[in-house]
Amino acid sequence: MRAAPSPSLHGRFDRLLPYLQIAPLALVLFVFLLIPLALIVVVSFWDYDSFRVIPAFVTFNYTEMLGSPTIWRTMWSTVQFTLITLAITGALGFAVAYYIAFYVRSPVMKTIFFMACTIPFLTSNIIRMISWVPFLGRNGLINSMLMDIGLTAEPLDFLLYSRFAVVLVYVYLFTLFMVTPLFNAMSRIDRSIIEAAVDAGASPLQIMFRVVLPLTKTGFAIGSVFVITLVMGDFVTVRLMGGGQSASTGLLITNQISCCNILPPAPMRSCSSSW
Amino acid sequence: MPNKDVELVSLTKRFGASTAVNAIDLQIAEASYCCLLGPSGCGKSTTLRMIAGHEDASSGDILVQGRQVTHQPPSQRGTAMMFQSYALFPHLDARDNVAFSLRMRGIGKAERNRKAQELLELVEMQDYLSRRPHELSGGQQQRVALARALVNEPSVLLLDEPLSALDPFLRIRMREELKRFQRDLGITFIHVTHSQDEALALGDQVVVMQSGEIRQSGTAREVFETPANEFVARFIGGHNILVSDRGPVSVRADHLRLAPGAAPVPAEARALTGTVGAVEYQGSRVRVTVAEDAADRRHVAELEDRAFFAAPYALGAQVQLSWMPADEHPLAAAGG
Repeated sequence: MRAAPSPSLHGRFDRLLPYLQIAPLALVLFVFLLIPLALIVVVSFWDYDSFRVIPAFVTFNYTEMLGSPTIWRTMWSTVQFTLITLAITGALGFAVAYYIAFYVRSPVMKTIFFMACTIPFLTSNIIRMISWVPFLGRNGLINSMLMDIGLTAEPLDFLLYSRFAVVLVYVYLFTLFMVTPLFNAMSRIDRSIIEAAVDAGASPLQIMFRVVLPLTKTGFAIGSVFVITLVMGDFVTVRLMGGGQSASTGLLITNQISCCNILPPAPMRSCSSSW
Repeated sequence: MPNKDVELVSLTKRFGASTAVNAIDLQIAEASYCCLLGPSGCGKSTTLRMIAGHEDASSGDILVQGRQVTHQPPSQRGTAMMFQSYALFPHLDARDNVAFSLRMRGIGKAERNRKAQELLELVEMQDYLSRRPHELSGGQQQRVALARALVNEPSVLLLDEPLSALDPFLRIRMREELKRFQRDLGITFIHVTHSQDEALALGDQVVVMQSGEIRQSGTAREVFETPANEFVARFIGGHNILVSDRGPVSVRADHLRLAPGAAPVPAEARALTGTVGAVEYQGSRVRVTVAEDAADRRHVAELEDRAFFAAPYALGAQVQLSWMPADEHPLAAAGG
C-alpha cells in the first residue's frame, strides 16, 4: 500500500484555500478603502490653523457642523435633489427600458437604441451640462420659443440657474444608469411569463405593474445605488446650473477645500466663514 | 363528429416568406384528448399558439365550441394554456400564481384565495400554498401550472410539450395524471408533443403533422395500425417500409419473422434476405436490424425475447425476413 499524503496537511490547505482566494480583493479594499476612511475619521478630530493640521483630539469640528443650520439646510437640499432625481430617473428609466426590452423586436434596433443612449457619454459631463445653457437661459431657445408662440409674455427665470435646472441636468446625465440595470433585469424575464399573464387576461398596464415591475426590483436597486452616489457626490452640476442659488454637500466640501484652504477637516467640519 | 370543441378551418400561419402552418383543417371532438404529434418545426406548436391566441393566424378560422375566436384575445377564447417551461410567476407563491387571473379581473382576496386553494387541492398541492416556484420541484411546478390554467374553467386546455422537462419516471406518472384530469374534468386537452409514446398513450385523437400540414388524423390505434403514408409510418415508429407487388407497404416490426438465410420461404409469405446489422436487447423484446441484400435499406424486426434467445442471431449473420401479405398495410405515395 502506498502512503497517502498526510491528511491533516491536506485538510489545513483546503481550509486555507478560500481565504487565499479572497485575499487579493480584501487587500485592495483594505488599502484603498478602509485605511483612507480610518484616516478621515482620525483627521476629523485634529486641530488646524491657516497653514497646517495639528495632531490633537478636538471635537469642535463636529459640534460646529452639527450646530450649524446652514449645514442642515444643505444636507436636506441634497437629500431632496437625490429623492427627486431618483423618482424621475426611476420612472423614465423604467419606461425607456420597458420600451427597448418589450417593444423593440429586432436585436439590431435594440443595439441602435442603446448606442443612442450611450454615445453622448463620449463627451465630457461638463460640456453636456453647459450645452443646456443656450436652451434654458433668459434669452435662450425655450424662452424665445415660448414668447414667440405667445405662451408667456416674460422670459421664465426659473429655467436656468435654479433647482429646476439642477434636477433637469441630473435627470439628463443619470437616467442611463437606471436604464441599463433595468433593461438587464427585463431582458432576463422569460417571454412565456408575459404570455402567461396575457393568457390570464392581464391588460398591458397590469402586466407592467403586476409582473414586470416586481421582477425588476434588483434592477431598481442597482440603478438607485448609481444615481444616489452620483447625486450625493456631485458638486459641478450644482455650481454650474444652480448659479449660486442652490447648495449641496458636495459643493460645500469643495468650497471648503478650494476657497478656504481648510484641507483635512473639510468633510467633517462645519461651515467655514464664507458660509 | 356530433359536437366539436375545437374546429380549425384552413388555418394558415406565414412568417415572412415561409409557411409554418399551411391551410390545415381539423376537428376535435368534445371532451377528448387530442395529441398534435410531429418532428420539431412541423408547425404543431404554432398551431397550438394560434388556438391559444398567442400567435395571429395569417388566414383561416378557429372555432371553439362553435364560436368564432380567430381574432379574440387569449383570455376570451375559453382556452387556457400550460407552457412548456410552466412560466410560473417567479415573484408569486403557488396560491398567488393560481389566483393571478382572478386578481386581474378584480375579484376580492378572500374569494380568489378560496378558489386558488380549491384548485391546488385538486392537483394535490394544498401543502405548498406559500412556496415560490423556485422552491418547488419540476413536477410540483407543473401541478401549479395546471391549477393556474384551470382556474378560469376553460373548455379547452392547451398543453405545449408539458412533459418534456420532466425525468422519465415522473413523465410517465404525470402522463397518467394528465389523462385522469382530462377525464375527470370532462374538457378537451390539446397536447403538443414530439414523442410517439406520449401521443399513443394519451390521445383519443392523434394528429400527425409534417411541414405545416396534417399527414394523418385519427384514433391512436388507427394511426399506429394503418399509417396513411410513409412519413407517418416512419414517424410513429415500429414500422418497416417494404416493397410488395402492391407498391410500398408498411409492416409492423413485430409482424416480421426472422429465419436463417437458407431456410425455405413459408407458404404464401413474402421474403427478403439480408445480414444482421445490429441487435438491441430491450427487456421483453429484442430489436434486430437487418440490412437488405438487394437494396440499401435497413429493416427492423422485433422479436419476443424468449423466441430470440432460443435461436439467437449473431451480428453479420445471413438471415431471411418474411411477412404475411395480410400484415401488409398499403401506403399512399409520400406526402399524400
